[in-house]
Amino acid sequence: MTGSIFYWIAFVVTALAAVFAAVMVITRRNPIHSAMFLVLNFLCIAVLYLLLNAQFIAIIQVMIYAGAIMMLVIFVIMLLSVEEEERRRKIPVPLAQMLGMVLVFILFAQLIFGVVVKVLPGEQGEFSPERIAELGDVKTIAGLLFTKFLFPFEVASIILLVGIIGAVILSKKER
Amino acid sequence: MLNTYVPVLFLIGLAVFFAVFAVGVSHLLGPRRVNPVKASPYECGMITLGPTHQAVPIKYYIIAMLFLVFDLEVVFLYPWAIVFRKLGVFGFVEMMIFVFILLIGFIYVWKKGALEWE
Repeated sequence: MTGSIFYWIAFVVTALAAVFAAVMVITRRNPIHSAMFLVLNFLCIAVLYLLLNAQFIAIIQVMIYAGAIMMLVIFVIMLLSVEEEERRRKIPVPLAQMLGMVLVFILFAQLIFGVVVKVLPGEQGEFSPERIAELGDVKTIAGLLFTKFLFPFEVASIILLVGIIGAVILSKKER
Repeated sequence: MLNTYVPVLFLIGLAVFFAVFAVGVSHLLGPRRVNPVKASPYECGMITLGPTHQAVPIKYYIIAMLFLVFDLEVVFLYPWAIVFRKLGVFGFVEMMIFVFILLIGFIYVWKKGALEWE
């Protein structure tokens, strides 16, 4: 399956679209435009998940990231009055920019090292895309999540509870 | 495997085609006679004063945040439903614990009056 020409065309098109969307996110001046391109980026990544036989993750990517989290991001943009930020932005931030550049250079060096000099490190896990296609994606996740990873799953509910309480405390006035 | 997504691809293509076709054709064929009244943002009503990007009240944010949390809760229910029969009572109990912890959060939000629009 991974060798078929259709697979490679789909991969190259979505990967290029994802990179394009990511570049647009950081170059737009209007933050709402950035957010819209971020949605496009999330959708492209969902397609990449589909190509790896991870349908469940792909649907979650669309539902949670492109849907709920982007809604939250847009609400935050609307909460901060953008034009005020725009005016405030005239202050130069050379230190942050310089640090960012250093980090980008390190990242690029790692990428080039990883791709050109040697094969990417790390061992292949038990569940390759082919194996997942055989077993069924949601079944694999569910089977592990509710048995082997039961404790992290229950901890997730407490993290969500903390999120709820935090949101209420931060945004609700005492009566 | 991937071939099962070909209909989805067709649907997306069709949707894009419809959108581009409808807007494109009306753009090409429609007459355009602009006058100052037509070009104004509000043909009836007042012209806006000052900056239009006003900061929105934080009330909206909390609703969005709570939606996100409970949306995430539902996401965990999908894989649970798949293996429900296999796990039996054990699976039922663990999901009830999960839902109960979030129910505490829901009661907290309710009692705190965060869902009220004031």
